[in-house]
Amino acid sequence: MNPAWMRQLTGVIALEWKKTFLSRRGWWVYLLALGPVVLTFLHSLIRARNQGGHSLFQDTQIFAGMFELYFLRLGIFFGCLGIFSNLFRGEMLEKTLHYYFLTPMRRELLVVGKYLSGLIVALVLFVASTGLSFWLIGRHQGAAWSEFLQHGAGLSQMIWYMVVAALACVGYGAVFLVAGLFIRNPLIPAAVVMVWENLNPFLPSLLKKFSVIFYLKSLCPVQINVPPPLNVLVTDTDPASAWIAVPGLLVVAMLVLAYAAISARRVEISYGE
Amino acid sequence: MSGPLTNRLITFGEVSRFYGEVLGINRVNLTIPPGITSLVGPNGSGKTTLMNLMTGLIRPTRGDIRVLGIPPDRPEELGPIVGYCAQFDNFPKGLTGYQFLHSFLRIRGMSEVECAERTRSALDTVNMTDAAQRPVGAYSKGMRQRIKLAQAIAHDPQVLVLDEPLNGLDPMARAETIALFQQWGAQGRHVIVSSHILHEVDRISDQVILLSHGYVVAEGEIQGVRSEVKDQPMQILIRCDHPNALAARLFQQDHVVEAKIHPDGKGILLRTTDADRFYLLLNRVVLETGLDVESVAPADDDVNSVYQYLIGGEGGTV
Repeated sequence: MNPAWMRQLTGVIALEWKKTFLSRRGWWVYLLALGPVVLTFLHSLIRARNQGGHSLFQDTQIFAGMFELYFLRLGIFFGCLGIFSNLFRGEMLEKTLHYYFLTPMRRELLVVGKYLSGLIVALVLFVASTGLSFWLIGRHQGAAWSEFLQHGAGLSQMIWYMVVAALACVGYGAVFLVAGLFIRNPLIPAAVVMVWENLNPFLPSLLKKFSVIFYLKSLCPVQINVPPPLNVLVTDTDPASAWIAVPGLLVVAMLVLAYAAISARRVEISYGE
Repeated sequence: MSGPLTNRLITFGEVSRFYGEVLGINRVNLTIPPGITSLVGPNGSGKTTLMNLMTGLIRPTRGDIRVLGIPPDRPEELGPIVGYCAQFDNFPKGLTGYQFLHSFLRIRGMSEVECAERTRSALDTVNMTDAAQRPVGAYSKGMRQRIKLAQAIAHDPQVLVLDEPLNGLDPMARAETIALFQQWGAQGRHVIVSSHILHEVDRISDQVILLSHGYVVAEGEIQGVRSEVKDQPMQILIRCDHPNALAARLFQQDHVVEAKIHPDGKGILLRTTDADRFYLLLNRVVLETGLDVESVAPADDDVNSVYQYLIGGEGGTV
């Protein structure tokens, strides 16, 4: 028998799916996730027609670049912004949050429920997109790519990229949920976070560690260097080990979420009136 | 203050709420017993603030609120006993009427079977069963009002807070809704209603709370409130067979400030500063003259009159 809190939690997740994620409003998030799949599919088709060209090594380098520049800095970042900041801010703008606040659901549980519903969508979209894109990018190599995936480092690389994508969703999701809960225009903190994350390679070693991207990059199986002439501005820092990066990101996300959950008790319905 | 009696009341103790520097309500002390209580006042008088406070959607800047003994900042305890039909005419997107009710019952922690049962029952209560599978976005204003009402009552709350619940309803639906309020009030529930439609408020209310500029101007049963308004002479309508003779006799008294023959010629409408003395006098006159008095009734102990006396024409509509 499900306890009441479990029914409340699944109730929130079911409602979010029904009204938000299966609606036309979220089309651009689907596009963000689908974009790299289409690109890598086209890459695979074009390369299959023009035999030769990229080597297997080059394909993994291309994917590493695409993963860092597109997935981490653009797709997952903005996708999570769209998904998570709207979980509460969207309800406030549409003047529907009071329906939740009038239920006997603990506000902490509501925050967790909304976060989980966002996280499920983000994980399905971006982790699947990462895995599919990786699989597609070297498909034109035929048997060599299958061999690389099955017996080489391919499968391990793919899994690590998917883990990093998942951790990015966990971390950015928590940050943007808080932004949407407490800040009237979440785009402002999003812009600040984005600038901070993109400045990361050029920051001093100590400051680098106060960002999500530093730990995510540390976990990527293939490292991409900053090209010249910008590389002269980069400060070398040892990447964080997986034993620090993975639990570290999870703990930070949980702390941010805990802050949101506790603070949500003080949130009032004003709808800007 | 606690105990079985206070646990049946809604109490406000010195409650103030400010929105920045703007006053919502100030130093409000109220005790609301079960039954139908109407909040009456012009726009901006603090009616919605009072309702949002008692449902926990906002917090008081100062003071203490208890709803059947529960502070409103405990949603897990307040949620099961309070239903709120708020003023916002907004709904989660993409849901049918049935899904809207069912989803929020689920979030209340009810089982699937109970959710389905209560959803059907609430839809039936507000006569929305036929439209249940249509998207809420396609509903008329009156239907949206009714589905909001259904959502507020679906979990069978002890306290119903209804902000302008008659807005947008056609006369038939309005009559049915008022009958529901009366039924709930008779069951010993708290039904707190804000409305601009004063004659309907007058008809259904067990007590009224008059608000103006964030202050409670008066509260209680309407007749009691009226009798407290000393600076306005009481209007009394006397139906009798010789109104002219009665008017001449009564007008000699110093406490009678006005006496008018009723337009149908079968009665007299008078205003007196001392109702008790007037009733004594009337008894004497009837005995002395043998007048045939059909009825004697106060003519201005209704919400509308009290509203006009205490608040004036600041926006209340009749």
